[in-house]
Amino acid sequence: MTIADQVTGSTIAGTAGAKPRAAAPAISLPAIGERELRLDLFRGLALWLIFIDHLPPSLLTWFTIRNYGFSDATEIFIFISGYTAAFVYGRAMLESGVVIATARILRRVWQIYVAHVFLFTIFLAEISYVATSFENPLYTEEMGIMDFLKQPDVTIVQALLLRFRPVNMDVLPLYIVLMLALPVILWSMKWRPDLTLALSVVLYAVTWEYDLYFSAYPNGFWAFNPLAWQLLFVFGAWCALGGARRMSRILASPVTMWIAIAYIVAAFYVTLTWYVPQLSHLMPKRLEQWMYPIDKTDLDVLRFTHFLALAALTVRFLPRDWPGLTSPWLRPLILCGQHSLEIFCLGVFLAFAGHFILAEVSGGAAMHALISLSGILIMWGVAWVISWYKRVAEKSGAKTKNAVGNADLAGGG
Amino acid sequence: MKAKVLLSLVLLCGYLAAPTARADDAAPAAPAVPPACELPSYLLTSESRLPKVAEAVKAGKPLEILVIGSRSTTIPASEDASYPARMQAILKDKLPASEVVHVSVEIQSKKTAEEAATTFVKLVEAKRPTLVIWQTGTVDAIRAIDPDDFRGAVTGGVTALQNAGADVVLMNLQYSPRTETMISVPPYLDNMRVVAQEHDIPLFDRFAIMRQWNDQGQFDLFSPSRGPELAKQVHDCLGRALAQFVIDAAHLGPAQQQN
Repeated sequence: MTIADQVTGSTIAGTAGAKPRAAAPAISLPAIGERELRLDLFRGLALWLIFIDHLPPSLLTWFTIRNYGFSDATEIFIFISGYTAAFVYGRAMLESGVVIATARILRRVWQIYVAHVFLFTIFLAEISYVATSFENPLYTEEMGIMDFLKQPDVTIVQALLLRFRPVNMDVLPLYIVLMLALPVILWSMKWRPDLTLALSVVLYAVTWEYDLYFSAYPNGFWAFNPLAWQLLFVFGAWCALGGARRMSRILASPVTMWIAIAYIVAAFYVTLTWYVPQLSHLMPKRLEQWMYPIDKTDLDVLRFTHFLALAALTVRFLPRDWPGLTSPWLRPLILCGQHSLEIFCLGVFLAFAGHFILAEVSGGAAMHALISLSGILIMWGVAWVISWYKRVAEKSGAKTKNAVGNADLAGGG
Repeated sequence: MKAKVLLSLVLLCGYLAAPTARADDAAPAAPAVPPACELPSYLLTSESRLPKVAEAVKAGKPLEILVIGSRSTTIPASEDASYPARMQAILKDKLPASEVVHVSVEIQSKKTAEEAATTFVKLVEAKRPTLVIWQTGTVDAIRAIDPDDFRGAVTGGVTALQNAGADVVLMNLQYSPRTETMISVPPYLDNMRVVAQEHDIPLFDRFAIMRQWNDQGQFDLFSPSRGPELAKQVHDCLGRALAQFVIDAAHLGPAQQQN
């Protein structure tokens, strides 16, 4: 969430101060070196929230942002992923050329794909277990979900093609498709960043107008439509490549701040009517009919603007050099955000495991809280181990150390 | 950040205060309801009406109810304990003795909303129901039907039923915690709510009701038990809740009720 960074960094390849000439790249990158801790912080936060949202609802669920407005952790996650991916691979593209950058992006895509297949295997194990051990007559109909086990030949192939995606496994396929498009996005951004963003908006609008979608197996469509969600990803990339700086005046204006606050309060009120049904008769019916359903699949405009409002306020009230960013209290979040692909997969796995424990051992509130907390502790612990390992590995291999292209910074899975 | 912390606090307070608020306005009616079935009154009321049901009962005409459902409408090998049968018993109990109540059930096993809706015109012609309770969504959720298509199918079905002259109640999916990681339910719940709103028909929120029971500890819906006891108890409560819901939505005052 670093829109409006006042980065002092160098601009690349001679755009500094000069009017852009035809040969000069139209984008600029902030200086390398310092990590942008706010990105890590909020990505870590998104990972924790996604984990909690994947567990059955509990008291902790009330701390996740989807209860306070339209957008949720997914928006944060995709935006930051676009931002960091453009930041890392955009630099690679300027320094090493399109081919090398593309190759590195594809390597990253492969890692994410493997992670997805790994999660699918765990899902298969879980569903097979439930299928053979659970025969409550109340739920004979719901057990129809097991029918796909009867034809593994089709199901597994469709899963490898990313067309069969069980519940909670929708984010990685979306991310894979977005990353596959990244070379084109970056190449186009290098040439005309604003036009690229405009094209992304057009694609978004066309997707809504003509109802375009990615089909899924056994039928239906992708739960996160990449044709719509690309808007957030491209917007993140655009911000990373200099757009944020150009928007800084808009973001600093009090008018923007008050619009953002008004919108967030209004969204909060609407969300409140979902949980306190007594309030719902205060909602004008016309407004309800216009507003609902707020579509997550196609990234409803209401969700996108809600995210923008949140981001605008965050950037305003949480400066880049906020001392709290280095405090030990936020360290766990930042650590998790720095290893997002690993921690994301771990979170999905822990959510599966948590469901399993709740079902097999006990479903009490205490157990629920225990599972949520230990899940977060495990995520933190693993992130710490990964950091430790990288540090050690880097020390021993200092000679071959490569300052650029830290996959974690681009990461995000 | 401050704003967010504040919001969290406000909502948390609201959440903590909610159970007491709900307890206050819990339905004073029906002392006969077993404690396991108790529900906050907002789950049993609807702003939409059932004019034809009200008319039939006031005129003393027979009340013909048709439940169109799927496998979760019944309990294997315990037909009499399923919620339509329980609802019929409770309605007979609550309405005047002279009122004839007949509930028939049409099971559309393994059919999506769209497939089920194609049979509606014939079905309603044959049975001439005053009220149709259409329970749907599970098969669509299992097969991951496009929610927009689902909404279109439910809209089509509801319109067909209304055109045929019946009052309609929509009933959504079961709360099934075991399969929560495998079946994505929310889009189907949302779309059924939207259709109910658009057509101003009551929505019986079976999902929220069953979740309430599970959360409050009245039923353990995680139970892997193979016996029919749990299913029987849940269906009994569902039948009671549904009867209460129909009476409320039809505005059948004490004059039309026995107790």
